[in-house]
Amino acid sequence: MSALLQLEDLSVHFPKKRGLFSKSHEVLRAVDGVSLEIQRGEILGLVGESGCGKTTLTRAIMQLQPITAGRIQLEGRDLSHLTATELRLARLNFQMVFQDPYASLNPRLTIFSALAESITARTGPLEYEDIKQRVAALMERVGLSPSAALKYPHEFSGGQRQRIAIARALGPEPRLLLADEPVSALDVSIQSQIINLLLQLRCDLSLTMLFISHDLGVVRFIADRVAVMQNGKIVETGHTENVMDAPQHEYTRALLAAAPGLRRTASL
Amino acid sequence: MTTAAATASGEIQGRSLWQDAWARLRRNRLAVVCIFVLGFVILFCTVGSLLCNWSPHVTNLDLKAKPPGYEETLDRETWLRHKYDDLAPEEEQRFAQALKAGEGPENVTLRHWLGTDTLGRDLLARTMQGGRVSLMVAGIATAVALLIGVTYGAVAGYLGGRTDDKMMRFVEILRALPFLIFVILLTTMFGTRLWLIYLSIGAIEWLTMARIVRTQVLGLARQEFVEAARSLGLPTSRIIFRHIIPNVLGPVIVYATLTVPAVMLLEAGLSFLGLGVQPPQSSWGTLISEGADQMETYPWLLAGPAALFSITLFCLNFAGDGLRDAMDVKTAKD
Repeated sequence: MSALLQLEDLSVHFPKKRGLFSKSHEVLRAVDGVSLEIQRGEILGLVGESGCGKTTLTRAIMQLQPITAGRIQLEGRDLSHLTATELRLARLNFQMVFQDPYASLNPRLTIFSALAESITARTGPLEYEDIKQRVAALMERVGLSPSAALKYPHEFSGGQRQRIAIARALGPEPRLLLADEPVSALDVSIQSQIINLLLQLRCDLSLTMLFISHDLGVVRFIADRVAVMQNGKIVETGHTENVMDAPQHEYTRALLAAAPGLRRTASL
Repeated sequence: MTTAAATASGEIQGRSLWQDAWARLRRNRLAVVCIFVLGFVILFCTVGSLLCNWSPHVTNLDLKAKPPGYEETLDRETWLRHKYDDLAPEEEQRFAQALKAGEGPENVTLRHWLGTDTLGRDLLARTMQGGRVSLMVAGIATAVALLIGVTYGAVAGYLGGRTDDKMMRFVEILRALPFLIFVILLTTMFGTRLWLIYLSIGAIEWLTMARIVRTQVLGLARQEFVEAARSLGLPTSRIIFRHIIPNVLGPVIVYATLTVPAVMLLEAGLSFLGLGVQPPQSSWGTLISEGADQMETYPWLLAGPAALFSITLFCLNFAGDGLRDAMDVKTAKD
């Protein structure tokens, strides 16, 4: 396997605000020298407590957050060396599924408009009939009835909205899906449906995934490899079973000990 | 593809947020009544003045300041004078032709429902004509304020950082300019023109609109759906116009309905000071100011225009309140 995405020494720092006049030179190291590889076709789980920099890391990969230092390489090409147009196309290879399906869909756009927008982001303007077919295909892929395409987001439940959000992320045919706690805002019964959908999509579309969660049970179930993050640094990486069953770093051990009922779900 | 066909025919129609808002608005009786009254006032000032036999401009110094309900008997020439009242040459020609052709009734007695003013002009006709000017100033100035304010505020709020800082400092500088001096300066440079009133009032009102929109957008720009749009690589202009502005329209519409009365008051104030609409044109502002001068001797000069003006402002405020409640998605959360 070869690496689809490579992070080298990636850092994102935020200036700490002090007073109105005194400029502070202290920085918050949200992401501090992270090096990570995601192989083609694998699901990498990223775990860590709240505020450890998981979300900042994904936003940096998505180019939503300027990086302070380091490199992001897509198939060996450094993203910072690309021209604006190349970068626009390159970043369509990453799409993101957000945590809160109630905030991640524009309440004023019908599902059809939202999906059409994401499809044409890569293809450019298309014939109306063509768009209609593609939208219907996308909705079926995530298990929604295409007849609901003209509804607005507020008419759907949380689980259905997350399916829509996943469909939108699939619109530009990405190769890497960044899922930032995609199930933590959902009911437990819905969680497994979404997880299974993601696994299904990985098979069908040979997607690569970065799956972020603080729920170790979910990560154990879905991820091939796990990276553990603490205070902006990756403290441990390895195959899911190895990390979960024989944690090397004491922070990983603490995380595992704190997870309720994990020993029981270990038999999943 | 059958599924696509189902999508196209839209078998399962969704209820848009606008339909929801409309349903909520309908439940607010007061707001609905106010909107209907507003519509009636607009009709009254436009269609009403077409139906009115009196001209707002024709003077008759024998009938100075007659009380409401005063009857005047018109001969044919005067009747035609009222019909073809405009000072434009072609109206003058049409008046001459009609006079020659023997058009119109010989002698007719008509009532001045609101009385006449100090130059013997019919007050009802003048109130309608003044209402047209006032409503037009309100409408155009508010539209200008909306257009500039929303775009400016959305751009500042979305881009944030230094751009936002600079754009908002500029707004504050403009706000610090004294409005009256600004208007007096404009009128001395260009003379008193109606479009100057539109311009100067619009130029003031968009500042507040921009600040309101910017504040709203600051919160929105961090929302996940905006980040999703950014990760699709959409151009900034598209994100602003498709994802940001539609989501601030609720507060914007509400503020716009509150801007209309503010604009009308400003116009009234300007006209009161003689900086606004010039005679023989009237507006509610000039009518009220004339009426206020003669309040003790001829109270009806004030009564008609002031009553209409107050009703309009009252209705606009309540309609605005109703719209705000209807647009608020939080009150709609089942």
